[in-house]
Amino acid sequence: MATQTSGGSDFVNNLGKIYGIYTGGFAAFVILLAILEQVGVPDRVIGYLFVFFTLAVYAGIGVLSRTMQVSEYYVAGRRVPAFYNGMATAADWMSGASFVGMAGTLYALGYDGLAFVLGWTGGYVLVAVLVAPYLRKFGAYTVPDFLAARFGGHFARFLGILVLFACSFTYVTAQIYATGIIASRFLGISFEVAVFVGLLGILLCSMLGGMRAVTWTQVAQYIVLIVAYLIPVIILSAQRYGVPIPQIMYGQALQEIAGLERQLVADGLANAETLKPYLQPFTNYNPLNYFGLILCLMIGTASLPHILMRYFTTPSVRDARKSVGWSLLFIFLLYFTAPAYAAFAKLEVYQNVIGTSIDALPNWIYTYGNLGLVKICGADATTMDAIRAACASAGNPDGILGLSELAINNDVIVISMPEIAGLPYVIAGLVAAGGLAAALSTADGLLLAIANALSHDIYYKMVDPHASTARRLTIARILLVLVAVGAAWLASTRPADILSMVAWAFSLAAAGNFPALVLGVWWKRCTTAGAITGIIAGFGITLFYLVMTRYGGMSEWFGVRNISAALFGLPIGVAVMVVVSLFTPEPSKEVQDLVEEMRKPRGSTMMEGGDVVAKPV
Amino acid sequence: MANGTDEAWWSKTKGLMVTCLIIWAIFGFVIHFFVNALDRIVILGFPLGYYMAAQGSLIVFVVLVFWFSGRQDSIDREFGVAEDDY
Repeated sequence: MATQTSGGSDFVNNLGKIYGIYTGGFAAFVILLAILEQVGVPDRVIGYLFVFFTLAVYAGIGVLSRTMQVSEYYVAGRRVPAFYNGMATAADWMSGASFVGMAGTLYALGYDGLAFVLGWTGGYVLVAVLVAPYLRKFGAYTVPDFLAARFGGHFARFLGILVLFACSFTYVTAQIYATGIIASRFLGISFEVAVFVGLLGILLCSMLGGMRAVTWTQVAQYIVLIVAYLIPVIILSAQRYGVPIPQIMYGQALQEIAGLERQLVADGLANAETLKPYLQPFTNYNPLNYFGLILCLMIGTASLPHILMRYFTTPSVRDARKSVGWSLLFIFLLYFTAPAYAAFAKLEVYQNVIGTSIDALPNWIYTYGNLGLVKICGADATTMDAIRAACASAGNPDGILGLSELAINNDVIVISMPEIAGLPYVIAGLVAAGGLAAALSTADGLLLAIANALSHDIYYKMVDPHASTARRLTIARILLVLVAVGAAWLASTRPADILSMVAWAFSLAAAGNFPALVLGVWWKRCTTAGAITGIIAGFGITLFYLVMTRYGGMSEWFGVRNISAALFGLPIGVAVMVVVSLFTPEPSKEVQDLVEEMRKPRGSTMMEGGDVVAKPV
Repeated sequence: MANGTDEAWWSKTKGLMVTCLIIWAIFGFVIHFFVNALDRIVILGFPLGYYMAAQGSLIVFVVLVFWFSGRQDSIDREFGVAEDDY
């Protein structure tokens, strides 16, 4: 590209070396902290060093990647190699909740929790086959931008922005909330202050360099998060089974769990009627909800704007496709390890907690009991006396713990693993740094998606189409800061409702975006009227179902859970889109040519600098 | 625009799309309908039905996406609609 600067291409050509040195430096840093811990530096200081060092590195990358070019700001100049875009997408995708909460969900739900593992990986097949390469060829800066060009006009754009907001804003609030939780736990500062420390980290990464800065920090964050996720469980697997491959060795743990479950029932420590065997399918979700959830998560994945826009940054359509493969591989590394975490934690609980006398509980119970994350006999497990008192009044005088008396917060599973394995504090610090990286990288991506929709789609396209480059970028940055501060303020109020609404994002994105994106590419006959009515119907019904089942007291339709709401919105959206399209005159020759052109990889992008380029005849 | 080569290229592309979606549907859904039957087979401690949902299908998805991107690229090259190598 003509706009390439020599400094920039030096950087892109040396990515392997740069990130190799970075990874080595990070390993050296962890080893240094391990040595400091051995010579007696207090845990609190180790925690501070972890958080501040990693934040400083991300911010440094953000500042070095600052830019004043529109295409650098919105799509990183379209020269992110497939492999690195895959890493960045993996970090963009895996949120604080994936990192900290996924294993806990599997711990709690057993087989049924695997719906999340399947749904959040299988969706990438749809991204690669149906959507991403075509959007890359089209060359839009945002998803609403594509909808506007394909479905002629501001109304489609406006609907795209609405869907984007609905699925991104609650999500970014939850990420900032997670940053605050992790930072406050490891820095020992109040949650409200920690939220704004996290906000600072997010803004430094994204504000100056837009997509370019976010891309290169996300790659750095992926490396930290995957190392932090794998190390504790690899060590635990080596300790228990002598082989450092947890993903294979947890098969043995599964068998031991099944054996212990039978034992617990035989010993009267668990009730045969209420015990949900870990490996038995459909104990928590019935098959309709299980498969419905998989479908909604898959299609939602293929429709989330902050994920799709990552594939706008590759040098070619070919790279966009390959990049989806890399993304999925990097995501897979974490998701196929999560069930191992869950199984090892389950085994630890069945062996060393249930059936144990209150005098002999392992230490980690108290560590997390004091944080309010472990409850025994209905009370926080803060001290041995507190537990004994609670259990005595709950009618358990013998002091032997039964299964129903223990309640563990999902987040404990990953965080407590270093302690369960008896590892030094530095590994716990590493896990915290990983969780922070996961939350920050997702927050960056979401924030950029929201701010770009505001600055590019609303300001530049709808308010002032003649704005100069400098003005567009200034507006983009101001809006980014405003959205970030708004989300941080909301997070600091600990909004329980917002946090539980995050799971809605997938259904809302699936019903709102997927039909229009896929039919827009694959069906030339899809008309503007069809797309608009389809989006309104699909998105509207999904939103109606979500709100009414949660707040309106409406009972579930066919017993479908709230989280799989797109099961209704999606087919209705598609049906309306098809029927209305068939009843309206077919799209103009111009639009049909646009679609044909978009399908072919050959040739340059069809939009440059955010405007459709007139096609040379 | 719509000449013979383009049509042949697009129908091959559509064929690949359908193939990929069938494989996706089999490993995303169909195989898990039979989880109880598969669970009777146990390998290295893993009941097979559990294993497929926790790892097996995921591995298929990863391989499928890489295979798809290679196949689509060779279709594009065959009909001359691929991008120039750089």
